[in-house]
Amino acid sequence: MSDLVNPVEQFLRSDRMPHIWCPGCGIGTTVNCFAQALIESKVDLESLAVVSGIGCTGRVAGYVKLDSFHTTHGRAIPFATGLKLANPKLNVVVYSGDGDLSAIGGNHLIHAARRNIDLKVICVNNLIYAMTGGQTAPTTPDHAITSTNPYGVFEPSFNLPHLVEAAGAVYVARWTTFHVRQLARSISEAFKKKGFSFIEVISPCPTLYQRRNKLGDGLDTMKYYKEKSKTRHGAPTSEVGLTMTGEIIVGKFVDRDRPDYQTMMRGQMTESLGDKFAEQAEMVCS
Amino acid sequence: MKADPRGVLTGTHFMDGDHACCEGALAAGARFAAGYPITPSTEVVERFASRIPTVGGTFIQMEDELAASITLQGAVWGGAKAFTVTSGPGFSLMMEHIGYAAMTETPCVFVDVQRGGPSTGLPTLPAQADMMQARWGSHGDYEIIALCPNSPQECFDLTIKAFNLAEEFRVPVMFMMDEVVGHMTEKVVIPPADQIEVVPRKHTHKSVSEYLPYGTNGDMVPEIAHAGEGYKFHVTGLTHDERGYPNMTPQVQDKLVRRLQNKIRSAADRIALFEEEQTEGADVVVVSYGITSRVAQRAIGLARERGLRIGKLRLITAWPFPEKKIAELAACVKAFVVPELNLGQMVREVERAAAGKARTFAVSHAGGGVHKPEEILKVIVEASR
Ligand SMILES: Cc1ncc(C[n+]2csc(CCOP(=O)(O)OP(=O)(O)O)c2C)c(N)n1
Ligand code: SF4
Ligand SMILES: [Mg+2]
Repeated sequence: MSDLVNPVEQFLRSDRMPHIWCPGCGIGTTVNCFAQALIESKVDLESLAVVSGIGCTGRVAGYVKLDSFHTTHGRAIPFATGLKLANPKLNVVVYSGDGDLSAIGGNHLIHAARRNIDLKVICVNNLIYAMTGGQTAPTTPDHAITSTNPYGVFEPSFNLPHLVEAAGAVYVARWTTFHVRQLARSISEAFKKKGFSFIEVISPCPTLYQRRNKLGDGLDTMKYYKEKSKTRHGAPTSEVGLTMTGEIIVGKFVDRDRPDYQTMMRGQMTESLGDKFAEQAEMVCS
Repeated sequence: MKADPRGVLTGTHFMDGDHACCEGALAAGARFAAGYPITPSTEVVERFASRIPTVGGTFIQMEDELAASITLQGAVWGGAKAFTVTSGPGFSLMMEHIGYAAMTETPCVFVDVQRGGPSTGLPTLPAQADMMQARWGSHGDYEIIALCPNSPQECFDLTIKAFNLAEEFRVPVMFMMDEVVGHMTEKVVIPPADQIEVVPRKHTHKSVSEYLPYGTNGDMVPEIAHAGEGYKFHVTGLTHDERGYPNMTPQVQDKLVRRLQNKIRSAADRIALFEEEQTEGADVVVVSYGITSRVAQRAIGLARERGLRIGKLRLITAWPFPEKKIAELAACVKAFVVPELNLGQMVREVERAAAGKARTFAVSHAGGGVHKPEEILKVIVEASR
């Protein structure tokens, strides 16, 4: 067995192992799927950049052997926007948590989708702020116990696929960490799209969310994902909201095409300025 | 390196400080700006938005200043020279990302056209009350560079300087304008591109296997690589080692944070720009900057007409503060007079650097206008006694 090398290892910074994630955490599983997608889609690794915000998921940028940026809490998307616009040849992946992307970074999420910036967003949704100890996130389901809602959450949660579809995303999918093959395939598909793609991965945080809500360990959560997930490609995103123990609708909900930000910009400038419009030169100022 | 002629609007112009700042950025090679509208700074990005499509580059109006101040940094790591422009309320929102730029050593420029505060304050009227915020506004220990133009011509010249310093030291540079300088229209001479010196990015020439993203070669400023070049490097706002990897030990923290400080402090004399006039034999030196320096000039003239021996020190670099110069002068003069459009900010630095050797008089103003020369004169007379 010892000569069998895990195929994802080539994408990881081996000199940074072991990682910080807890046993049973789903984030590592999503990274395996991401690596699998890199193999399947054969994307050029030299022109691939990963941008993360802050959180347990935000640490992904530090473990992948790629150009990788660990930015500030909530601001992975605007950082990635600047990176992509300055060098359109880059393939830019935003890899971050539900709180980072939809709470503190929620404004950037909807505006990047509206502008259709060509970014692939992987949102690990563990339904909680994990890094800081299990506080309520905008995604935490009704009645769940968190450290800041010790008597149960009562504020309604975000249905992220619905939100980003409404804002304009061209590709929206949701899987759980049980659906490893489907998740890898979705990531590969997103690499082929031009525009704002959003993949939500429902993922366990046994340490803080599952334990506090008496939902068992990582394995119990896999069982729950397996039993309660229903694949419904093309499901109306308004119908895919989550509850604490109910059904989880997974699948590819949105796959549509509209011009991305840079295509629209070029079109508008050419229309208004004609020959005077100067294509952005290579910006690299060395 | 000489400026790229595509960005240089050579000629003699009649333009305001905001527009001149934009032309300075273009001449310096800025090809990316991210902004969010706010008076009295918006004209800078409005001009950039109209100019950049014919020069070749991008302007994006972001959803807020939190976004603008990090979008520009993404652009820098993508290879661009980039900046953002704002005023007080927006500057406050940008603070976390000034710290991020300092920590990750992202060369970039933040323009703050100062207006009256706190809060929404005086949207259309001047102040110089963000000077300490520019230095200390983000949490933690770090150093930045800040420049203060006092005319549209300097808005052009010093914006180029700001970009050059940002690249040389890999540091965020604060360009501290004020509403009056931003909106005043004067002659601005833009030289031919081949007469404009531009500092290129300190890009690494090392091979992928040799390259250490935060390793230094004695000068304390590491070499940079851009995304997409094959270096597969990591950048983080966490405390990091020379590989750029998080390492949250007191030892690595000490080494990193001291280097970030020392790379600027050790070059402070070279960075410190000021204009000095008749300080030799002076009893009193008036220390001022930005628009206030032009009012102070009048007050100094009036005082000299009365036979007083008055020197002038105009700060062009506010940070790092030219403390050596002040200390030198303090040994020879009776007092400093420091007029500024705030209730006493840079005057504290003057007082600290003078270290009791000369007295320090503030001439404060809460903003919304400029001093009357007589107000400054009165304090000069008092200080001369
Ligand atoms: C400006 C700012 N506010 C608050 C924090 C503290 N903080 C760090 S991570 C985090 C929440 C992360 O939650 P999520 O994005 O869901 O990531 P997870 O840890 O669950 O993967 C918070 C509030 C911070 N780092 N920066
Ligand atoms: S706290 Fe939760 S999300 Fe963070 S590493 Fe542990 S299990 Fe994963
Ligand atoms: Mg989370």
